Amino acid sequence: MVEFFTTTNLGIFLLTLGQILLVLVPLFVALAFLMYGDRKIWAAVQMRKGPNIVGVFGLLQSFADFLKYLVKEVVVPAGADKFVFYLAPMITFITAAIAWAVIPWNDGWVISDLNIAILYIFAVSSLEVYGVIMGGWASNSKYPFLGSLRSAAQMISYEVSIGLIIIGVVLSSGSMNFGDIVAAQDGNGIFSWYWLPHFPMVFLFFVSALAETNRPPFDLPEAESELVAGYQVEYSSTPFLLFMMGELMAVVLMCALVSILFFGGWNSPVEFLPDGIMWLILKMLIAFFVFSMVKAIVPRYRYDQLMRIGWKVFLPLSLGWVVLVAFFAQYGAFWGTYARWTVGG
Amino acid sequence: MTVADYAFYLFAIVMLVAGVFTVVSRNPVHSVLWLIVTFLTASGLFVLLGAEFVAMLLVIVYVGAVMVLFLFVVMMLDVDFAELKAGMAKYLPFALLIGVVLLLQMGFAFGDWHAAEGADALRRSVTPDAAEVHNTAALGQLMYDDYLMLFQLAGLILLVAMIGAIVLTLRHRSDVKRQNVLKQMYRKPEESFEMKDIKPGQGL
Repeated sequence: MVEFFTTTNLGIFLLTLGQILLVLVPLFVALAFLMYGDRKIWAAVQMRKGPNIVGVFGLLQSFADFLKYLVKEVVVPAGADKFVFYLAPMITFITAAIAWAVIPWNDGWVISDLNIAILYIFAVSSLEVYGVIMGGWASNSKYPFLGSLRSAAQMISYEVSIGLIIIGVVLSSGSMNFGDIVAAQDGNGIFSWYWLPHFPMVFLFFVSALAETNRPPFDLPEAESELVAGYQVEYSSTPFLLFMMGELMAVVLMCALVSILFFGGWNSPVEFLPDGIMWLILKMLIAFFVFSMVKAIVPRYRYDQLMRIGWKVFLPLSLGWVVLVAFFAQYGAFWGTYARWTVGG
Repeated sequence: MTVADYAFYLFAIVMLVAGVFTVVSRNPVHSVLWLIVTFLTASGLFVLLGAEFVAMLLVIVYVGAVMVLFLFVVMMLDVDFAELKAGMAKYLPFALLIGVVLLLQMGFAFGDWHAAEGADALRRSVTPDAAEVHNTAALGQLMYDDYLMLFQLAGLILLVAMIGAIVLTLRHRSDVKRQNVLKQMYRKPEESFEMKDIKPGQGL
């Protein structure tokens, strides 16, 4: 039986398919409740009740929305490029979903254990911008087009600083494999995680992640006060649902990245408790809570300020940090905190 | 045939078809999108070769950055591309002629290709054993240990090109208003507004 799943082509295919379903189905269910939680937190900050009609405490609100999105009519603008118009939400959704292939949930619990997992995540997240650009262009309308132009510039700018920050972590771990990075943070609990040696970069990474996923306060591509809803204006029904789910999945992916790169992944914060998947999920939930709080309490940025902070503040800071970390790692500064190489050397 | 073979033919065929569509599609944005498909399948071929680092770099640099800029420019251009492409049938024989000449040249060059006696061994001597180090480490060793000076030189050339491009395009316009960000940040409430107490029924 085991040989069937590890040696034959059909067996490997079925095994991988099972693993993919095992990751994606709980993820989609979790997305529904994360959406609900996001709205509830937002409402609580503004002293509203939030969704509270469908199900107990409104818990089933997201599922009701889901059904509604599915059965509504799809409206395509007359001047739209139909093929690209339908392709755009699919690209957003699929690129957000395939990134999860390399995210490890526990020691060895990963669909594809790539040596270049970080580069893969980076490549996939650089594809995400196409969904937005194509959606805005194919709508053949002014607001979506402006939104997509903004989004393209914004996502490219912040990808640069995210990449440089990740390089700092990669320098410290000596590997681009997530398993190795988490293993490098194993030690005496919370103080051996990378948030301590890479402290300023945690903050920068978080802000860049906000901008990269078009979350408030950097939601300028869909700024409803000026662009109606940016690139999503002409979308309705299931295509719109795909956009929303893709965006939310990208946010959750960023939560997972923050947890794995800086907060020790599945490592337990205290030594007497065992490591495990629950720690990773707990850290992701905390990160998502911070994402929602930022959405609720921070006002939207102006576009030129967003660009200035990306290119003139974040980029030089993260570039300088890479050089600094390289020196620290090479000369073993701070008792070798910056050089936890397990492979290569 | 193994799965890798099927994957190779799939990627190769998709790549060629996408390449053809890049040239013939009427809408320039569609051309760019087909070009993106070409790059993605090319990176798939790199993965099949076992060069996953190069594959990911291809996606990150070309698809993630260069093609976005292409798309940006093409979407903003106000040129009637249908008109530009109207002459395609006229120029097709000429283009085919150039293509055939290039193909023949390459055929002659590679048909008569001889490697020097020790060339293969020489190249292998600097390549780390694939079983011992993985892709990224091997590339790093080649670039930063064995050929450091050449790598630095390439970087220097790129830097010069970049500075040249900036110098050529940078112009200071004195007729536009600019923001002084530091001045904005250090502005105090007292400098920018004052409170007035307005009695009911009276104006200012």
